[in-house]
Amino acid sequence: MDVFLQQLFNGLFLGAIYALIALGYTMVYGILRFINFAHGEIYMVGAYVAYFAATALLPVFGVGWPAFLILLVVAMLACALLGVGIEWTVYRPLRDRPRLTVLITAIGVSLFLQYGGQSWLGAAPRAFPALVPKTTLSLGPVQATNLQIVVLVTTVILMLALRFFVMKTKLGKAMRAVSHNVQAASLMGINNDRVIAVTFAVGSALAAAAGVLYAINYPTINPLMGLMPGLKAFVAAVLGGIGNIPGAAVGGLVLGIVETFAGGSPVLSPYRDAIAFGLLVLLLLFKPGGLLGKATVEKV
Amino acid sequence: MKLKRSSLLSAVAALALLSGCAKQSETDSDVIKVGQFASLTGGIASFGQSSNNGTVLAIEEINAAGGVLGKQIELITEDDRSTAGEPANVVRKLIHRDKVSAVLGQVASSMSIEAAPICQDAGIPMITPASTNPEVTEKGDFIFRICFIDPFQGKVMAKFSKENLGATKAAILTDVKQDYSVGLTKYFKQTFEEIGGEIVAEQSFSSGDTDFKAQLTTIKSANPEVIFVPAYYTEAALIALQARELGIDLPLCGGDGWDSPKLFEIGGDAVNGCYFSNHYSQEDPSEAVQEFIAKYKAKHGAVPDAMAALGYDSVYVLVDAMTRAGSTDPEALRDAIAATSGYKGVTGTITLDENRNASKPAVVLKIADGAASYMTTVAP
Repeated sequence: MDVFLQQLFNGLFLGAIYALIALGYTMVYGILRFINFAHGEIYMVGAYVAYFAATALLPVFGVGWPAFLILLVVAMLACALLGVGIEWTVYRPLRDRPRLTVLITAIGVSLFLQYGGQSWLGAAPRAFPALVPKTTLSLGPVQATNLQIVVLVTTVILMLALRFFVMKTKLGKAMRAVSHNVQAASLMGINNDRVIAVTFAVGSALAAAAGVLYAINYPTINPLMGLMPGLKAFVAAVLGGIGNIPGAAVGGLVLGIVETFAGGSPVLSPYRDAIAFGLLVLLLLFKPGGLLGKATVEKV
Repeated sequence: MKLKRSSLLSAVAALALLSGCAKQSETDSDVIKVGQFASLTGGIASFGQSSNNGTVLAIEEINAAGGVLGKQIELITEDDRSTAGEPANVVRKLIHRDKVSAVLGQVASSMSIEAAPICQDAGIPMITPASTNPEVTEKGDFIFRICFIDPFQGKVMAKFSKENLGATKAAILTDVKQDYSVGLTKYFKQTFEEIGGEIVAEQSFSSGDTDFKAQLTTIKSANPEVIFVPAYYTEAALIALQARELGIDLPLCGGDGWDSPKLFEIGGDAVNGCYFSNHYSQEDPSEAVQEFIAKYKAKHGAVPDAMAALGYDSVYVLVDAMTRAGSTDPEALRDAIAATSGYKGVTGTITLDENRNASKPAVVLKIADGAASYMTTVAP
């Protein structure tokens, strides 16, 4: 039972990070109906921005919570700009082209950032500095660290903030309108370009937050670090029902927990990643709309 | 017009051929080309950079002293970016385009296993400085190594865990993507069970993974007394960190794949109280070791790790064989390398056995306060 609870916690924690990345996938899909495969790389850039900012800022602020919060915000802002920049330079000119064109371009952007990163930043992994002193906590039978708690709390706060933004603000309402019907939204006087830019900014900022939260817990970063989490988060987004924001959160948690239980079982542990992707195949076979999505017939 | 163009073309072609030939024969007489493939970037870049530093140091020394067979050595290094599939490409390039006389490399066994059949088929001798998986030299009679092999290393750590640490129950966490790790696991398990120990948990992961909590939670519940982690340094450091987070205060043991400054940089306090086997210790007072450390520091500004020392030795073993063979003819060179006996290197005395492996002692290092210190030497 103790082992079960510990694994459940490990899974929740891993799932929280997947969920944060998955939100960006699902938001962009909800609006533009395309998968932004460069999303995992934005997460990587977020971790690197925090790394370089930390080398500059840590001597000033010292290790502690202020440093962590500042770096989190810096990385989120930088990646929001990067996301908008990518949308502006790469995706916007292609917006009226077939969706496949944009999809292939997204893969191109992803590879560009991965290998550009290797050549500019060096391919060797770097050790991420400790931003906050780590302490180990015993919550009943569960062993956790203060950093893991921070990840869970930050994830919940960011998700609630996103929920509030999408459901309660004017811009969020516009976003929902665009996701519902692009043409009708623009006829109602909504500036689509602006809504799309905001969507990229918010999604990228969440990915950056995931990157920083990941880096403080697994203190090593490299230019290819976005590849696997990016794919897993994509699976999580589809699992929850792509285009559906609460779905991305649920998908991330489910994936994290399934993966952890598979990884902890002696028989299944070599197949950990295969199980994560196998889950996607099974779900698409039996519930193509995802856990919280509704099945829709797409006109071709 | 047509005739003119074709004759012009053939003239250009002939010229190109001539100049090509001239250049070829000129370089042939001047230098001996030695190829090296290493992971200078990517996940195991620390290994490649260290072994390359050692190799470069040795070649500069030899060239400064007049070279070998009256010629200078030209080292051609290719980076395989720690990526499977790349060693085959770069080694083909070294052999067929650069026409090297011998190939040096790699540290990681999976990489060497990939390159070895290519060298074997082309009939070019290959010396791996630090690949310990037995399979590497089984690829053929042109493939050599100057380090010990995993059956020995696994045995050393199994005995050390049982006898020095007094553990009777061990858990193993294997990197299933690395032949090195799979091999070490097999031999550790074999010996540990032979001498009366029990393996209470066997878990696995793939290199590149960063979350090991699931596996470690299972291992913790099996109550081992020691955890054997035959991983490379990045994963080993993350595993140590996460083990401590889960409240596992047991010693972790590893092999020579742990030997990198990155282990301490990433792992911090978490790797204190862990042990790993290695090819040499920087604390060895012998003159050969201390002289090498001084030269290496002067050139590269860092203390050499075992990979650097092995890279250095691999060049000297090759040059020693070239001198004895009196030529760089691949077959003569192969026979000369195979006959290497009692060569005194930085990492110990190198004698190649009939399986083209070196039989050398291993040292066990203990990690404390962010540095590895010498514990004991185990002879084969």
